[in-house]
Amino acid sequence: MPTPVDVLEAGIAFLKSPKIVNDVSSSLMRVFAGYGVAALIGIALGIAIGRSRRASDILMPPLELMRPIPAVAWIPLAVLMFPSSELSMIYITFIGALFPILLNTIHGVESVDQRLIASARSLGGTRTALLREVILPGAAPNIVTGLAVGMGTSWFCLITAEMISGQFGIGYYTWESYTLQNYSDIVVGMILIGLLGMGSSYLLRRLGAALTPWHTIEEARR
Amino acid sequence: MSGRERLNRPDAGRIETEKVSIELGQGAQAFEAVRDISVTIEPGELVCILGPSGCGKSTLLGALAGHITTSKGRLTVDGAPVGGPHPDRGIVFQYHTLFPWKSVRENVAFGPKMRGLKRSERHRMADEILDLVGLRDFADRYPSQLSGGMQQRVEIARVLVNRPRLLLMDEPFSALDALTRMRMQELLLDIWERVRTTILFVTHDIDEALFLADRILVMSPRPGRLLEQIVVPFPRPRATDIVALPEFGKLKRHCLDLLRVETRTASLPRLTPLGL
Repeated sequence: MPTPVDVLEAGIAFLKSPKIVNDVSSSLMRVFAGYGVAALIGIALGIAIGRSRRASDILMPPLELMRPIPAVAWIPLAVLMFPSSELSMIYITFIGALFPILLNTIHGVESVDQRLIASARSLGGTRTALLREVILPGAAPNIVTGLAVGMGTSWFCLITAEMISGQFGIGYYTWESYTLQNYSDIVVGMILIGLLGMGSSYLLRRLGAALTPWHTIEEARR
Repeated sequence: MSGRERLNRPDAGRIETEKVSIELGQGAQAFEAVRDISVTIEPGELVCILGPSGCGKSTLLGALAGHITTSKGRLTVDGAPVGGPHPDRGIVFQYHTLFPWKSVRENVAFGPKMRGLKRSERHRMADEILDLVGLRDFADRYPSQLSGGMQQRVEIARVLVNRPRLLLMDEPFSALDALTRMRMQELLLDIWERVRTTILFVTHDIDEALFLADRILVMSPRPGRLLEQIVVPFPRPRATDIVALPEFGKLKRHCLDLLRVETRTASLPRLTPLGL
């Protein structure tokens, strides 16, 4: 087992090495890509399912079937499905983030007060205006929650994928340190994973608060 | 005052209902909420619908707003049948439905925005109406930062900015404390003097109906039928001290008798203008 001093030294060495840029940027890029696509698709599908009975009837059964499959169980198929391991890792990240975002968006859209929708229609709101002016902001606090939870699972899945099929990346670095018996580097990798996850959650919270300023005021009054 | 009132009388906003019945619920749970209502309301008139809880008065209001379809009869505003919701027929609910994510000004400017007006133009309109309800200074607040009475004032302003033919109000002050409610009633009459529109005001509060209305429609318990129409004779402008007039007491007793005779049945859950 490495001592704290070993870890500190290994950490400083890693910070100085050119490897860190490569590993961190690889991981960040994968998370941005997978998570970004998951956010777009999750929010779009969530709105469709939350608003339309038909969309819900068609889309929910296959999604419910896919939901219990852990992202790790996707790895073998993902490797076969995509031409590069890069894409398969992005896919795993996508799968990890999709469901929290999707389910929270559906919940958010469904819980928008029907009276607000009725009022908006009485005031002359068209379908598209309703979506933009009422449904989206009404569901926004839930969507932000979904995005925050999704960010966590997204990192979790990426690290797993990198350990199994990666080249570069923080997960890969951590696993590689184990196989190369650089045990202090394992802990350095773990701390880095923690820091990256924490940092992205923080950014998301800030973004969420900026997007839903009224919500922050309501929370503060409670 | 009454002379100016006449001049002020708008030429649009006539409501006609002809044997209107409304069914709510699906399948075995379906029931008749409103039965055979025939009534005419003149443009610029302030009419209160008085009736026990669950009698279908809010349902009738919802049908006029276009949120509920009638099952029988004809429902017209200025001769045209009521289709879906329309800004000409504004509705105010018991609890406010302001958008929590919009400032007071943006809430009031929602109708003009839907009509495609420019930002500066719709803000000007919103501020003008907010002046009318005395909330100009609160234009930049969020709804959650206002008191219940203020929220309902904004709600009324948001409807009035569209210059509707009808202002439909579903027990709008019943969730407020007694003092605020009285102030809101006075404010409503004051606004109505200045922005003359037909007001249909649902309430179960006899005092409120007598204070506000030109005419009261008393409804029976479910299925809601029209029991009686009472013309309220008090001259305008009215002050809250009319409650002390002997005539007020007499009319109140009469309303109580009408409601009491008909409320021997167990009280029913409240219906909303959106259906169940």
